[in-house]
Amino acid sequence: MENAFGQPQTVVVLGGSSDIARELTTKLCAERARTVVLAGRNEQLLNEAAAEAQRAGATLTPIVRFDAEDVTSAERAVRESFEAVGAPVDLVVIAVGLLGNQEVDENDPAAAARMSIVNYAWPVSALAALRERMIAQGAGRIVVISSVAGIRVRRGSYLYSGAKAGLDRLCEGYADSLIGTGVTLQIVRPGFVHTKMTTGMKPAPFSVDATKVANDIVAGMRTPQRIIYTPGIMKWLFAILRHLPAPLWRKINEDR
Amino acid sequence: MTRERLYGWGRTSPSVAEVLAPIASDVENELHRAPRLLARGLGRSYGDAAQLAGGTVLRSSEMATMSPISSDGRVTVEAGVTIDDLIRVGVPQGWFVPVTPGTRQVSVGGAIAADVHGKNHHVEGSFGHHVLSMRLATPRGIISCSPTVESELFWATFGGMGLTGVVLDAELQLIAISSTDVLVDTTRFNNLDAVMNEMSSGDHRYRYSVAWVDCMTTGSSMGRAILTRGDHATESRSELAPPREAKLAVPFNAPSGLLNPLTIRAFNELWFRAAPKQRRDEAQSISSFFHPLDGVRDWNRLYGRKGFVQYQFAVPDTAGETVVDAIKTLSTSKVPSFLAVLKRFGAGTPGPLSFPMPGWTLALDLPVGPSALPGVLDQLDELVTNAGGRVYLAKDARLDPAHFRAMYPRYQEFLAIKHRVDPDDIISSDLARRLELIRK
Ligand SMILES: Cc1cc2nc3c(=O)[nH]c(=O)nc-3n(C[C@H](O)[C@H](O)[C@H](O)COP(=O)(O)OP(=O)(O)OC[C@H]3O[C@@H](n4cnc5c(N)ncnc54)[C@H](O)[C@@H]3O)c2cc1C
Repeated sequence: MENAFGQPQTVVVLGGSSDIARELTTKLCAERARTVVLAGRNEQLLNEAAAEAQRAGATLTPIVRFDAEDVTSAERAVRESFEAVGAPVDLVVIAVGLLGNQEVDENDPAAAARMSIVNYAWPVSALAALRERMIAQGAGRIVVISSVAGIRVRRGSYLYSGAKAGLDRLCEGYADSLIGTGVTLQIVRPGFVHTKMTTGMKPAPFSVDATKVANDIVAGMRTPQRIIYTPGIMKWLFAILRHLPAPLWRKINEDR
Repeated sequence: MTRERLYGWGRTSPSVAEVLAPIASDVENELHRAPRLLARGLGRSYGDAAQLAGGTVLRSSEMATMSPISSDGRVTVEAGVTIDDLIRVGVPQGWFVPVTPGTRQVSVGGAIAADVHGKNHHVEGSFGHHVLSMRLATPRGIISCSPTVESELFWATFGGMGLTGVVLDAELQLIAISSTDVLVDTTRFNNLDAVMNEMSSGDHRYRYSVAWVDCMTTGSSMGRAILTRGDHATESRSELAPPREAKLAVPFNAPSGLLNPLTIRAFNELWFRAAPKQRRDEAQSISSFFHPLDGVRDWNRLYGRKGFVQYQFAVPDTAGETVVDAIKTLSTSKVPSFLAVLKRFGAGTPGPLSFPMPGWTLALDLPVGPSALPGVLDQLDELVTNAGGRVYLAKDARLDPAHFRAMYPRYQEFLAIKHRVDPDDIISSDLARRLELIRK
């Protein structure tokens, strides 16, 4: 069970090999997490993440494999993850994501579809698979890694940001649908995070590393707030940026 | 049958369950029908002890009948009868409850399950010492037990946090009083050592004793304290009238942050200024002496949406310095805490999960919010475990399984007794799952 400080004991991480997911897992294991299911595509990375989790204090770290390009794998991934825990799941993290290569993908119908499948359709299917399972438990938390990029979509990353925008907005309604069930959903909106996904990209202002993101998520889980910004300044920054006149918005994003 | 969100008094980690309020004769049916079940009283435990996510929770509110009080002060009550009910009915007839916690809004079932203690623990023990017998509904049927019949099950139920069965009713021994006044001696101390010395050497002369300690002062006044001790007046100066209802109420959650280090420090300061350096034989009412917090209904909402936790531990007599270390840890860690309650304990009840032990107990109220808090309390767990002490489960909302096992080394004995009457772990709770007493 999750305790008074939002510290879970059983965790399922969908997209468990991402840098943010791994930092978060390590942090949760240093607190109360003992059973952590790491689900994802790359077996080797998942094994590394599992070893890391064990070093941080986990005692059971099963691995579940799925490919987020295949939406039909979401239900199976969720089912197998819950079976692997064998007890109520306190926390599900959805950290599945693909940054893609905008310049190439925007002219490739298959690649463009892939961007919305991995970043949007697969997570949505997973959320649907989670819904009744979590509600039956009468308790539990879902944390969805979104992005500030979804608050206002940029020319240079609209395939990624647009899909995140969809997921982010959908999660707000999904979270409302959970009111009174004992289950909660929190949306994490990180700014620019230095990870293997963003290597080679020009960092945006107020960039952070995955450790900072993990710390902010853990702190956010102690509060009832629905949206967790990381770093915190993103909340204020985007309160302004979202209302910026379009020409100005384009201007500040010219080189990105 | 409704699904309802249930909280503990700290309002921290609620969960949703199917909630019913059966009469006593229907409890057995529910035990056969529900896959997982738990009894609940008035929800005055602070954490997740009276919650069962996704299961069935039986409220005891419809189990509220009371027998007449016999001429020697015995009374049989159903589990939903409250300490408040007992005081209301008993006091006008010259009978008082043998043990009362800091609030009257506690059910007899909850008082048994947590084996509650009051200001008289150092001389008269906990609630369990005054229960003559009870009836427990279990998946293996209804079992009558007492210190001589089914005694293992009887004692395991005290401190067993509802996990050995549903208490249907119990026979209690009340104590005789001839006045509603309590004669109180108050002394103010400038530091922790001084008050602890006085309690060690002088508490045995008083039936009731408790100290309030300020955990936010450092240096030479670290742990300044107000000690209040007393007993029921023997000659009646007033009529034996029941206590009055709470007049004030907190209607909604206060903004988080209302209780911050500054306001708490100010409150503690006022409290100390108001206390006399020394006063003897002051007549206080039952309410103001035993249940000062009951004067404001729903005061827990003052802590805002994030809620609060209480950390209460007991350590053996030889580990008095653990109390000092704990208060030092808090006062230097910038984690704000309201006045803490310090008390001396006598022996616990014989059951495997009995909380009290001869020595000291300290209870701290801590608003959730400061990022250091979870870590500081983990540190305190280490301190308490190393001192051979333990945390009070009725107040707990954050202990981990490993420290639980170290603090309650007889937990396997407890499980063996539970499994004799509930082999399939039908009776369960969020607390039991958090502490891994029950895995599924
Ligand atoms: C302001 C305040 C002051 C307090 N002061 C003290 C104090 O001085 N000393 C002290 O010891 N405690 C104190 N407490 C804690 C309180 O006394 C205990 O938590 C008590 O168990 C609460 O009783 P309840 O009826 O609210 O039970 P709940 O909180 O509803 O339940 C507590 C436990 O009892 C079990 N239970 C309830 N009914 C039954 C039943 N019929 N059969 C089997 N199990 C049952 C539940 O499953 C649960 O595990 C205080 C609490 C508050 C809010």
